[in-house]
Amino acid sequence: MRFMVMVKATKDSEAGVLPDEQILAAMGKFNEELVKAGVMLAGEGLQASSKGARVRFKGSKRTVIDGPFAETKELIAGFWLWQVKSKEEAIEWVKRCPNPFSGESEIEIRQVFEAEDFGAEFTPELREQEERLRAQLSAKKK
Amino acid sequence: MTASATHSAIEAVWRIESAKVIAGLARMVRDVGLAEELAQEALLAALETWPGTGAPDNPGAWLMATAKNRALDHFRRDKLLERKHEELAGEMELEHEIAAADREAALIERMDDDIGDNLLRLVFVACHPVLSTEARAALTLRLLCGLTTDEIARAFLVPEPTIAQRIVRAKRTLGETRVPFEVPRKDELAARLASVLEVVYLVFNEGYSATAGEDWMRPALCAEALRLGRILAELVPKEPEVHGLVALMEIQASRALARVGPSGEPILLLDQDRSRWDHLLMRRGLAALARTEQLGGRLGPYALQAAIAACHARSRTAQETDWTRIAALYDALAQIAPSPVVELNRAVAVAMAFGPAEGLALVDALASEPALKHYHLLPAVRGDLLVKLGRLDEARAEFERAASLTRNAREKKLLLDRAAASHKLRVVK
Repeated sequence: MRFMVMVKATKDSEAGVLPDEQILAAMGKFNEELVKAGVMLAGEGLQASSKGARVRFKGSKRTVIDGPFAETKELIAGFWLWQVKSKEEAIEWVKRCPNPFSGESEIEIRQVFEAEDFGAEFTPELREQEERLRAQLSAKKK
Repeated sequence: MTASATHSAIEAVWRIESAKVIAGLARMVRDVGLAEELAQEALLAALETWPGTGAPDNPGAWLMATAKNRALDHFRRDKLLERKHEELAGEMELEHEIAAADREAALIERMDDDIGDNLLRLVFVACHPVLSTEARAALTLRLLCGLTTDEIARAFLVPEPTIAQRIVRAKRTLGETRVPFEVPRKDELAARLASVLEVVYLVFNEGYSATAGEDWMRPALCAEALRLGRILAELVPKEPEVHGLVALMEIQASRALARVGPSGEPILLLDQDRSRWDHLLMRRGLAALARTEQLGGRLGPYALQAAIAACHARSRTAQETDWTRIAALYDALAQIAPSPVVELNRAVAVAMAFGPAEGLALVDALASEPALKHYHLLPAVRGDLLVKLGRLDEARAEFERAASLTRNAREKKLLLDRAAASHKLRVVK
């Protein structure tokens, strides 16, 4: 399964302060670990929200609001896409991540929707096939 | 944290660490089977203690240290036995102690070798050619992916005891034939690497051929194979064929969603809705292919297949497909890895690039090929080309023959539909 792992913004990241060399080096090493483990699919750092914008929808109306945005802790400063076997594996990897900022920071883990999450729309034929397979399997086990 | 939550957390740690722990131990004890047992002991120790004490801050290091201690215990037990025999020769004792201490230090040092080197050794041993391909696949999933025998059995649709047996025998064979825990020397590297890549691609194809509704472990094999391939690509970054295989798997996996219709029927590549292709995986595949090409030299069989897949990935519509290039790539593939199936695919590409008559000539040359005698795609392709040439009676006969050769019910229906359609066309004419 895939997870999007988001590094939450801080006052510093919103102010456009770049992480110091030590954090950059540690983060580089962590990213290397992720690649070596075959876990990392993609990852990017994001610039401060002052360089972004929002589009608000209300019925058919669209209003553009330029950054920066006030609720710093709800903003995202960077993200990864990971391929792992379970949420626990994603958590385990996040625990190994160096603190992305000096002081307090937070990383959020969210599962990505995939085809099978849209309900198993088994046709009767497929279900029958599966039951047959299971029957074969249990017959073999005996 | 509840007991079951701790349990899942330990499983996750195991998933991340097990291969490294086993590889480190195998380097130390020079026996993959024993290494796996010792690693399992460390896992059991974690399952016993962590729910009470909470997971350690560095769970990987904890597992490694515990496993290392088990290995030393194991050697000390062995040494005790050894010493009983040697007590007769009493004066040797002191020298023996010194030698033992040296040996322990040497063992620990070996285990602390570069993790990547040990992992690579483990890959080569698990995929050693003394083992059957099936045994290699099971052992690789067990040792490198950390799958349980139950998971492997479900993935391959065989009973669990079969897989358990297969793994036990494989470990025994490795022990008996004294396969060294080493990366092969340069002169045998190419052949041994081919053996590894074959296993990875076999695992991938098992998963890729799974139909909807089968146990989720089957399609999960694709993810395991991709993970193995990606790990391998970082372990031996200078081997072009590794990137070629990764590229091939990434691009094929990118089409996974589009290749099955709503009721489970297969959808052929040219009929797929390309907006459903996974562009992230496709981009990764193209990047892996670029890595192969940057390494230079002639493209190997995986890289060539990836290059063919990439031609499809790069065309926004089926009509835009560069068939001339695909035909040329199949040409190259037929030269370095000749096979009747490659030849059949080449015929299709040639027909698309230069017309059905040219393709048909190549297909007809394959008619007497014994390997394709029961291969339903031969008459299916022939039927398709005959339709394009307006030879509808012959086409119908070919589709019917193809339908009689396939065991897949959905494919059979598709072929019979085509036979009926050729007949209808004929009547209209």
